[in-house]
Amino acid sequence: MSTYSGGNPASGGSPATGGGTASGGPLARTPVSGGGLRQAVGDSLIVARRNLIRMVRIPEVLIFALVQPVMFVVLFSYVFGGSISVPGFGLDAAGYREYLMAGIFAQTVTFATAGAGAGIAEDMHKGLIDRFRSLPMTRGAVMTGRTLADAVQTALTLVVLAVVAALVGWRFHEGVPKALLAFALLLLLGYAFTWIGALIGLIVRTPEAATSGGLIWLFPLTFISVAFVPSENMPSFLAHIAEWNPFSATVMACRELFGNLGPGYQAPDAWPMQHPVLASVLYSVLIIVVFRTLAVRKYRSAAV
Amino acid sequence: MAGAIHAEGLVKSFGDVRALDGVDLDVPEGTVYGLLGPNGAGKTTAVRVLTTLLRPDSGSATVAGIDVLRRPNEVRRNIGLSGQFAAVDEYLTGRENLRMVGQLYQLSARDAKARAGELLERFHLAEAADRTARTYSGGMRRRLDLAAALVVSPPVMFMDEPTTGLDPRNRQGLWDVIQDLVAGGTTLLLTTQYLEEADRLAHAICVIDHGRVIARGTSDELKAQVGGERVEVVVREREQLHTAREALAAHRRGECEVSIDPHTRRLTVPVEGGARLLAEVIRDLDARGIGIDDIGLRRPTLDDVFISLTGHAAEQEEAGGVRGDRAGGGRAPGSTDGTGGGGAGARRAGGEPREVSE
Repeated sequence: MSTYSGGNPASGGSPATGGGTASGGPLARTPVSGGGLRQAVGDSLIVARRNLIRMVRIPEVLIFALVQPVMFVVLFSYVFGGSISVPGFGLDAAGYREYLMAGIFAQTVTFATAGAGAGIAEDMHKGLIDRFRSLPMTRGAVMTGRTLADAVQTALTLVVLAVVAALVGWRFHEGVPKALLAFALLLLLGYAFTWIGALIGLIVRTPEAATSGGLIWLFPLTFISVAFVPSENMPSFLAHIAEWNPFSATVMACRELFGNLGPGYQAPDAWPMQHPVLASVLYSVLIIVVFRTLAVRKYRSAAV
Repeated sequence: MAGAIHAEGLVKSFGDVRALDGVDLDVPEGTVYGLLGPNGAGKTTAVRVLTTLLRPDSGSATVAGIDVLRRPNEVRRNIGLSGQFAAVDEYLTGRENLRMVGQLYQLSARDAKARAGELLERFHLAEAADRTARTYSGGMRRRLDLAAALVVSPPVMFMDEPTTGLDPRNRQGLWDVIQDLVAGGTTLLLTTQYLEEADRLAHAICVIDHGRVIARGTSDELKAQVGGERVEVVVREREQLHTAREALAAHRRGECEVSIDPHTRRLTVPVEGGARLLAEVIRDLDARGIGIDDIGLRRPTLDDVFISLTGHAAEQEEAGGVRGDRAGGGRAPGSTDGTGGGGAGARRAGGEPREVSE
């Protein structure tokens, strides 16, 4: 009996040299060898494309992703506005709206966590992760593709949100480049959080559990922060948590870059509050590194 | 020399459960190997280990001559996997699904596109190619899943319970595809709960239970071990049992005994000769004036293999699809069974798979 012709498919990278097994015809097959970074990028883009196609075909998901933050903008602006005193603006409703928007923006991007988690969990559940794992593709590509597609959705959400915010009176005052930098920080934060979602999705395996598991901890995380109320009014231990909360760093960075801080505002003493832009970048990168590593490791061993 | 699939001493535990307890496999190139066993026997775990989805606790394996544990990514280039569930993205069209898989097999975009077109034709999905997969029927999804597994015409294919949940027409279609594949030289390992399926498709069969190989051989060898086909008769009057036994003894195979269960008025005799012989037996009994409540030709079932090999039916496990039919005895299509015990089992006569998910 002969072994597979070519004996060692590794060397040629060309499987099934035995000729037309399935099609009976000439086979289109020129697997790219090696791969490395180029393959990793290519595979991730293929998966991202797949998730974007899904997004277009299931528009409800995007619509709900948009409705919810818009609702928050309106509710917070008009219900809390005028009741919450913020440094520099006092009890001025318009001032609170200025202050609030960065918080809503940041909270919105973190909600992408649930979508990423549910998507990955659904892929597990449907057996697609098994299919992907049986293919000669880069290990991280399934999650990278998912998180990239989520980033596109997050960007769309931010555009809509910015328009609605402008309608209720929010403005940026420090010029377009700084505003764009702020949106970039928000995107980066959202991207980082989708890696947390991806890990959750791989662990819990059902889309429903991933949705709740992706959301529930976001409430304390986003509320014990400087997003909606200033830390100055919190009990001191909560204030510390709020000021060191990675989420607060991005919120504060955006306020600074948008110029949404009241006149004469004094940032809290905590380091991330004093250097919010740098802190925001560092936190997001740290989250990506840690959770990407964990998620890829989990993916490798993902077992039903 | 190592065959297309070779495994030695595979062990994998999940908690206290030994899903694989020292499994050896050797599948020659270009053959179909049937892995037969009930739910929870370890079939799926074996496939997952061989397709690089799961790391065994110990043991070694090669697929297409490549070490599964050391060079998993090279193994992945040389295998196709079609699982128990159609693993397709239901929001992509059939064409998009296949193109994506092709590209992830590292085909160029153009090759992936061409290949997707070929496969859609071949699996009779061309008309539905640009509809999303969620509009497909169960059979179409399975075909799409199988097409995805064949995108690079891998030399070694794994199919985990390919026909579970399919209706008879789709099952037949899938069997045809499998036979074509093998005619083209593909090595195939398939798992099944159904002896008939293994019988029909596999050159060699390996029976596993509780993670261990309990028998292997060709389907004829296994059947010989079980004892081949037999006629079962339920007579109307208990007094006629004796006469019936004499009648049946004339048709028995070799020196086999006619067994009698007076309580159920049931007689069983191993025979050779199939449906024609059954007709003879009926005429013979009729000529002797023996009233028949039920008569059937019974072929060995997976449970017969089990009982024969292990001395017990694997009934301590959850009531899966396989065990349910023991009482009914899985009568062959020739059965005239109308009233006999275990109608539920008879429904699966001839190995018709029911929908079972593991």
